[in-house]
Amino acid sequence: MIQPANTPAPRQDDPPYRPGEPVALFIPCYIDQFYPHVADATVKLLQRYDVPVVYPEAQTCCGQPAFNSGYWKESKRVIRHFCNVFEKYRWIVSPSGSCTAMCRVFFGHVAPDERIVSIGRRVFELTEFLVDVLGVTDTGATYPHKVTMHNGCHTRRELGVVEQPLTLLKNIRELTYCELPDMADCCGFGGTFSVKMAGTSLAMGETKVENIVKSGAEVVVSPDASCLMHIGGIMQRTPAAQHIQIKHIAELL
Amino acid sequence: MTTENLHLEGAPFLKEQNRGLYEPAGPKATYEAAVRSTENNREITDAIPYWQDWRNAAEQIKTFAVANLDKLLVQFEQNITARGATVLWAETAEEANRLVLDIARRHNVKTVVKGKSMVSEEMELNHAFQSAGIRAMETDLGEYIVQLAGQRPTHIVTPALHLSAEDVGKLFEEKLGEPFSAEHEHLTNIARRHLREEYLKADMGMSGCNFAVADTGTLAVVENEGNVGLSTSTPPVHVALVGIEKMLPSIDYLPVFLNLLARVGTGQKLTSYTHLIHGATPGKELYVILLDNGRTKILQDPAARKALTCIRCGMCLNVCPVYRRVGGWAYGWVYPGPIGSIITPHLVGLKQAGTLPFASSLCGACSEVCPVKVDISHQLVHLRHRAVNEPSPANSLIDRITWNVWAWAMCGPVRYSLAAWAMRVGMRIIGLVPRSLHVDKLRAWTRGRELPPLSGPAFRTRWMRRRTDRKVAELRKDVCGSCCAACGLAKQKKNESNRP
Repeated sequence: MIQPANTPAPRQDDPPYRPGEPVALFIPCYIDQFYPHVADATVKLLQRYDVPVVYPEAQTCCGQPAFNSGYWKESKRVIRHFCNVFEKYRWIVSPSGSCTAMCRVFFGHVAPDERIVSIGRRVFELTEFLVDVLGVTDTGATYPHKVTMHNGCHTRRELGVVEQPLTLLKNIRELTYCELPDMADCCGFGGTFSVKMAGTSLAMGETKVENIVKSGAEVVVSPDASCLMHIGGIMQRTPAAQHIQIKHIAELL
Repeated sequence: MTTENLHLEGAPFLKEQNRGLYEPAGPKATYEAAVRSTENNREITDAIPYWQDWRNAAEQIKTFAVANLDKLLVQFEQNITARGATVLWAETAEEANRLVLDIARRHNVKTVVKGKSMVSEEMELNHAFQSAGIRAMETDLGEYIVQLAGQRPTHIVTPALHLSAEDVGKLFEEKLGEPFSAEHEHLTNIARRHLREEYLKADMGMSGCNFAVADTGTLAVVENEGNVGLSTSTPPVHVALVGIEKMLPSIDYLPVFLNLLARVGTGQKLTSYTHLIHGATPGKELYVILLDNGRTKILQDPAARKALTCIRCGMCLNVCPVYRRVGGWAYGWVYPGPIGSIITPHLVGLKQAGTLPFASSLCGACSEVCPVKVDISHQLVHLRHRAVNEPSPANSLIDRITWNVWAWAMCGPVRYSLAAWAMRVGMRIIGLVPRSLHVDKLRAWTRGRELPPLSGPAFRTRWMRRRTDRKVAELRKDVCGSCCAACGLAKQKKNESNRP
């Protein structure tokens, strides 16, 4: 029912993906450093569908941290680097919704330049790429655990990616899906917000963790590892939630 | 609760008043009431299959109105003046206050009854009345409670959102000498009894305006308590305060807005009363004050213009996870919540309100529910960009240097790896330091959260290693059999060739 204020920026999925076309992997900086196994899982997942995966080794970051903090000139420098690295690829896939949103939606705000905007629109969030581009809804995975899902706000509201990760998750064999109360509420991370307004950010995260505990799940998954970084950090300090694991959706599929 | 009038003169905030922004300091009642409103409103909007069509229509109408404000305002003035009203234009809040006080003096006004008006809050009108020795009574129940408590509203639609029924019962006991009660109906009756006398005594009535219709010269005011009807029609003089952005081109467009506003504002299909005021009642006076107070500045900025289409429904406040926790006062001025964070910096300037755009996790819940589709979360980032580049409390040299270093590090893979290595070393060291010794910025994170784990080498390192391994294996394949007979590949090849 609810629609965001801005119609999400169009992604470039026309002409459709032809089998054998190379896909460039964009591994955001925090996944690269803190969650390299998420990137491994993404590679394996894509290779399972015979997608030739390329990892452009000169890649760094999408420029989002500086953009959200207001430092657009600095962000623009990083965006230019991103575009130089990824320019030659038609399909770019990233296991992070918020970085994908940065590329697709916000590149145009910082640099209203045709070349940059068109490269940004070639970036796809992983579950979105699987479901909408490859047409996969069931990866045939088995995961006999109780699982709940938190979708990142950028994934949900900027990209409009809501059903794709849920469909993939619910089709996993032997998986018990637990409804998360107030699923659409923000976890409070928000990048530099979590440090600038730490108290409020923490209070938001604690509500999210309470809801995760209420859901009865053993594992929280998300298509966005940055939320998980925040949620996981709080759960480690919450006695009632210490048994709950965080996992990126790619690790389950 | 203090009896002191906390209405601020101008906006000397960002010191004490917004301390709550950094810590969740809002009263618990705010959180609960905001969540309850959100749920009620969702239920009623979800029941409308064409809700999105209404939103789209409203967005287009308002965008048109804002783009043609110059013509519509003049048209409105001509039409309502033709039916006996006097239209006055005010560029600033001070000028508007002066106009109101002039009218009061001319009609020898001693007491004023006021319907709810955010523009009046913006003008600090009650303060101006007080200084001029005029008694002004708020008649909207929420505003009445807040005025009685000597506080400021915390919400643009439900001003006393932060007070529970118990709080109000205690307040009435203390200020009005009524026996304590926490029942809504009982409390409403107390307020009603006290307010009835005021309407009859008042020399002047005031109201805000929800929509000003240009083609008919109509003021549309919605309410639920009947107080606006009484305030505008009982006293001999009616003064309506209208922000210039309130224009609608035609009365044909009014229904869609009445439908939207009631549903998102208060979770109703329609408000109990809708007043359409077309001109002065014979024998009585009607003044309309059109106030700019910085709105034309918003109009000049293409990235911000859409903020002028806001119909003040308050839904973005209710859904905002930050507002729910910090409460309305934390935002320091009249307009709290996400909409406040985008219009306050324009109206009072970034020098004073430069930190407001940072009071958001950019989750976009506000943009998602906005009935006129204001891109609030995107505007917040645009304002952050201005706040760090223009004179404002958010403009910091240290931050600029930090982000420049960051950008340098992110513009090449070698630099990136170097920065990553430095970060890893840093995190190891942090791990050895007790939490109590952490510097402020770090403690901001670590006081309630663990830092993310460092699980082995980065993906980039793993990928490169794998690539090197593959290359080595390929090289071996080419030369095998001749170089090292001991290697596994040679054995495998031998086995293969031995097979029949």
